[in-house]
Amino acid sequence: MAIMHEMAAGMGGIRTAGDMVARMVMKGMKIHAAKEYVAGKLGCSVFDLSDSAKMKEIRESLDIGTVVLRPRASSGMAAKIKIAELLDIKIPSVELFKKKIGISL
Amino acid sequence: MNHLKDNYFTRMGDGEGIWMSKTQITEEVLAGIEDAVNKGKAQPMSGGDVDYLIEILTMPEKNVSVERGCEGITTFDAGTLKMAVRSGLPIDSTTALLIHERALCSDTMELCNTDYSYKQLKNIVYEEAMAMERAQMNCIMPIFYGAMPNMGLYTKPDGPVDNWSELLPQGKVLEAMDAQEKAAELCTNDMVYIGSVLAESGACGIQFDTAGASGDADLLAALQASKILSEKYPDLSITMGMANEFTLGMHGKLKFEGERLAGQYPAKQVKTVAAAGVHSYGPVVNTNSSKSFAWNLARSLTHVQEATRVASIPVLPNVGMGVGGIPLTTTSPTDCSTRASKAMLEIGKADGL
Repeated sequence: MAIMHEMAAGMGGIRTAGDMVARMVMKGMKIHAAKEYVAGKLGCSVFDLSDSAKMKEIRESLDIGTVVLRPRASSGMAAKIKIAELLDIKIPSVELFKKKIGISL
Repeated sequence: MNHLKDNYFTRMGDGEGIWMSKTQITEEVLAGIEDAVNKGKAQPMSGGDVDYLIEILTMPEKNVSVERGCEGITTFDAGTLKMAVRSGLPIDSTTALLIHERALCSDTMELCNTDYSYKQLKNIVYEEAMAMERAQMNCIMPIFYGAMPNMGLYTKPDGPVDNWSELLPQGKVLEAMDAQEKAAELCTNDMVYIGSVLAESGACGIQFDTAGASGDADLLAALQASKILSEKYPDLSITMGMANEFTLGMHGKLKFEGERLAGQYPAKQVKTVAAAGVHSYGPVVNTNSSKSFAWNLARSLTHVQEATRVASIPVLPNVGMGVGGIPLTTTSPTDCSTRASKAMLEIGKADGL
């Protein structure tokens, strides 16, 4: 059932900008404000956010993780570090990672 | 094509397939709205929304979806139970997270344990914290940790407190109230402890799921824990999903920030939850399995629309088995779940699911 909801109404996760819009909604932003915020940071339109072809190009150009792994491309923590910078937010696991390796990114 | 003869395939609240005319579906929709208006004091849907809901219910397609641009974000309760435990796939829960991220493209996911109760997690919280740390290294999407307050677990013989469900039939009302207050305090402390360990292991968020399952004291415990955690960890996202469409008054007199909890429907619940520092709220409207899908979805939508109308935080309605208009069956028909998705976002104005 979860997959049907995702297909029928979800943003699309890392296939699109769903993970980033979700991060802003999780901070208490209503969905339209969250989409506008992320679109502004990505330099695209709100319409583009759920377009998987458009977002693949954007995600690859920003190196913030895509569904299909590529050599030398960021994934996991590396991608999240860039997402935190891009969206200008603090991601708890990124902060923890920075503390562990003793650097200020 | 049966729909061309004013005969539309739909379902009952237990999932059984039935055929109804448009007039019958309209009558069911109006009756569902009326129930929410009468019991929950919600405003009725506008005529345009009613027409659009009937259009969604009578679309001939097997599955439907939202219009481009109307998408919302998806969250999960019992997240990593669904694949590794309930579906019996022999995979670790952190593998389930990656499957959701990379194959199913979920917007968020939730790490959780089989005994989905905060009290039961105390003995294994550091193992759960290690799983969270490993998951955070590999995942890009936000990962919640989730469980239920499940305050009933604090009663004897499993817990230290007298059982109010036994005290109340004996007429020991004050003793029952006292027992609930003690249990709520213990429950709050456990949720703050476990939430803190997971927050310090890098969880993006904490979910308090099925809050209020043991009544108003259960909800109070979750609200108090949320308030403490939201102040202690400003970057931690807290989400709260409810147990019921109204808060059961097992105690009856408990208040949070001056507001009595018992009897609150979604439009009041969302304000209470926001006052506790919670970032997003999941209303629950229970499915009546002996009523039609049209009746159930219309009733759920009316409650949700009332909540989104007054909400200052995102509203992510629960649309799982037996809630949010979805039939009460473990194999939810996709024709119903996709119609509920579409209606919740486009008519209910929800921020996601």
